[in-house]
Amino acid sequence: MNAIIASALLGVLMMFASWIFDNEKTHTRIALVGLLALIVANVLQLNGIYTIPVDYKGLLAFTQFGLYVNTILFILTFLYVWLNGDEIAKIGNHAADFYALFFFILCGASILTSFNNLLMLFIGVEILSIPLYILTGADKKNLNSNEAALKYFLMGAFSTGIFLLGITFIYGATGTFQLIAPTVNPANGMVREQLMQSAGLILIFVSFNFKVSAAPFHFWTPDVYDGAPTVFTSFMATIVKATAIIAFVVLFHSQYKALGYAWELLLTFVLISTLFVGNITAVFQRSVKRMLAYSSIAQVGFMLFALYGPTNFANEGILLYIMAYSVASIGLFGVLIKMKDYSFEAFNGLAKKEPLIAAMTTIFLLSLAGIPLTGGFFAKYYMLNAAVQSGIGLWLVALAILFAAVSIYYYFKLIQAMYFVEGAPAMHEVEQGYKYKLLVFAILILALGILPNVFLSYLYF
Amino acid sequence: MVLLSILSIPFIAAIILLFVKHNEKANYIAIASTGITLALALNIAFNGAANFDASWISSINARFVLTADGLAKILLLLTGISFPAIFIATSKNEIKNRAQFLSLMLFTQTGLLGVFLAGDALLFYFFWELALIPVYFLCSIWGGEKRIAVTFKFFIYTFLGSLFMLIGIILVYTHTADQSFAIQSFKEASLSGGQQLTAFALFFTAFAIKMPIFPLHTWQPDAYEQSPTAVTMVLSAVMVKMGLYGVMRWLMPLFPDAFAAHSNFVVILSVIGILYASFIAIRQDDMKRLIAYSSIAHIGLMSAALFANNEIGAQGVLIQLFSHGVNVLGLWIIADIIEQQTGTRSLKEMGGLAKQNPTLAILLVGFAFANIALPLTNAFIGEFLMFNSLFQFKPWIAAAAGVSVVLAAIYTLNMVQKCAYGELSEKMSKMQAPNMPAQFVLIVLLIVVIISGVYPAPLFDLTADTLQQLFIK
Repeated sequence: MNAIIASALLGVLMMFASWIFDNEKTHTRIALVGLLALIVANVLQLNGIYTIPVDYKGLLAFTQFGLYVNTILFILTFLYVWLNGDEIAKIGNHAADFYALFFFILCGASILTSFNNLLMLFIGVEILSIPLYILTGADKKNLNSNEAALKYFLMGAFSTGIFLLGITFIYGATGTFQLIAPTVNPANGMVREQLMQSAGLILIFVSFNFKVSAAPFHFWTPDVYDGAPTVFTSFMATIVKATAIIAFVVLFHSQYKALGYAWELLLTFVLISTLFVGNITAVFQRSVKRMLAYSSIAQVGFMLFALYGPTNFANEGILLYIMAYSVASIGLFGVLIKMKDYSFEAFNGLAKKEPLIAAMTTIFLLSLAGIPLTGGFFAKYYMLNAAVQSGIGLWLVALAILFAAVSIYYYFKLIQAMYFVEGAPAMHEVEQGYKYKLLVFAILILALGILPNVFLSYLYF
Repeated sequence: MVLLSILSIPFIAAIILLFVKHNEKANYIAIASTGITLALALNIAFNGAANFDASWISSINARFVLTADGLAKILLLLTGISFPAIFIATSKNEIKNRAQFLSLMLFTQTGLLGVFLAGDALLFYFFWELALIPVYFLCSIWGGEKRIAVTFKFFIYTFLGSLFMLIGIILVYTHTADQSFAIQSFKEASLSGGQQLTAFALFFTAFAIKMPIFPLHTWQPDAYEQSPTAVTMVLSAVMVKMGLYGVMRWLMPLFPDAFAAHSNFVVILSVIGILYASFIAIRQDDMKRLIAYSSIAHIGLMSAALFANNEIGAQGVLIQLFSHGVNVLGLWIIADIIEQQTGTRSLKEMGGLAKQNPTLAILLVGFAFANIALPLTNAFIGEFLMFNSLFQFKPWIAAAAGVSVVLAAIYTLNMVQKCAYGELSEKMSKMQAPNMPAQFVLIVLLIVVIISGVYPAPLFDLTADTLQQLFIK
């Protein structure tokens, strides 16, 4: 509760900040302080010290898991703003407006981690999505950005429609919006209701696939990620995507049994096509930004393994995955922002010119590829273990592994460009301080890769 | 604690080297750290060491366990000897950014030591991959002309193999009684016949690519040829042993039934590989490629003897793990001296080494004899035991593999003849003063070859416990 209220208030506060303060650096500082306050408010509830008393009539359910996810998301946002503050200020007129949108997105996110009711889920998704449409179109004078925003908005609105239809079906079947474990009792002649409930869940499933950009509902992703200003792509591809995935997992861990066999079939189909589309298409990209867009689709393929069943591995794994993936991606986008040209060739010879940046980029890429010593390894490991434990065929795991090997190809293409090809990379000025900020991200990745325990043990307090 | 320190010394040295700019200094630091590692390895090998056990990822019950039994000890010794030998022997070579180069080499050493010491499946996998990453950079940055494509092939090949092993580890892990990665729990995992077979296949793929077993060997000659020589030495002296080590540490004890059921298949593949590599080696003109193929043939023999699944074969392999490493290291160092000083690897352009540098020629003859496994050299003992085991397994297989001894003599002696004797060639006459550090290393290695050939008892004592674990239930 703390996080939902605090983030909404902070959003409003930020809106007025641009009115009072002219300096954009000040906006960034206020936003950082606000994020710290948000983290504190959430940790207070996480540890059971203080919760703002609100009677929410059972519409929300604050679990240890959900609150811990909140903490992670807020910390990630904090790191993101801390790294990218100057870049955000370069876009549009008032950085504070964007920070206000970030806080609204976080408000939506904290609803999405704690919903206990389909309407709350819907509200959360919408609070999360609408600021995103604005962020995508933030670069007003850039046609690509405008196109991306319109595309995103139309597709998003469409998927929202599907979502609502799904909720209606479920309401029709069960007579409530509350999340309740589905009761399967064909003997009482409940077959029609059951069918309706299944249809509703499938519709919601489809719309969630759209939100997390899983194939075959991924078509908007590359264009939107490519068109949006790179700083905001970084935010959408990491923190927002992580939130959507978590909501997806929370919803279906309680509901998947209602779908019976169809569930495994559907999920497997989506999972394979996501891995296939993401990885294979990423191989052929010429622009690093587009490659990262497709690679984010491929990564979602791995995250979907968490949906197979509510095991410890799935829960811990998805947390580890969003941490490792987000930190590495924010770092990579942070490097990308500093490049004048987003093609692979532009990275040629980066290791000679900027050895530290190249080394950190390498760590981020190794993590995305899932190589030991980086967080990405344990993330993938937990996902695969969850899959094996839930009893699905080993062939699917083997297939995922093959695609992981494919991903090596496009991630290493960048490493090869940086280290083994001569060239003069065109970069914007990079301050020393920015490098140290990136270094923090790299260290976090290594810490996640060596002692993931430290980050997970909080779940069990 | 000794086990932890042997692992951390190269690691710390590698990190220090990242910040050293001066090449000479970097060299001293690297040699000193490998010297300490060697001393620790000797200490562990002959005095033993207590297990190191610490909590790592408690929620999935993965522990940071290091153990050193005979198998680990013999490979620790090999790793311990190889690295200082390589560093000293190549200390006069021109290497750009030597400090970084040495740093990556030491990271590799850390990974290798970790693989040999890990007593926990997840930790083993962790180090298994870790040993590969620095090698990828070493070969891609400092390698030959086609380095990027060749190294990438090598990397993808081995990475894919190890990913399959990862599935195997997950599969066994989910069937352990106490949900842990400890070797003991893995041994007691309740797998059905089919599951055991699957897990066997998954582990085997990783090890077969690493060794490599025919027909998965295609990455190797290219990688050996294109890598900088110092890295080739690591690859062929120590790194290929990871595959054999994996078989002895994990494959044999974990899946005894599947192992026995497939021994025929693997032995035959290995023997095909031995003959195939030997015939190709005869036709090679490039000295580096010749040694590479000869190495494939020798590793093939070791894998055949291992999969023959009898005690005498395993004993032979345990000895040969060490001997092959030392011998091939000697050959590489000689090839490197010649290439550095004459600029050629082609045997056609060589000749007259004996006149130009008699000491080096004698050393070459010495290591060549060891390569053919003549009596009095260390390889004789190992190969004798391995042929013995193949004969027990199936006489006709021993006969087929035995042809390789003749072939080895042909290509090795041919190389010696073309290189050391005959008219002094134009290129060879460019040889300058002998490379003293390298020759010193070679003499030390040759002494090791002869001592362990005449008096192998310490090696037998060292590995007795592993044999007992493998064969006496």
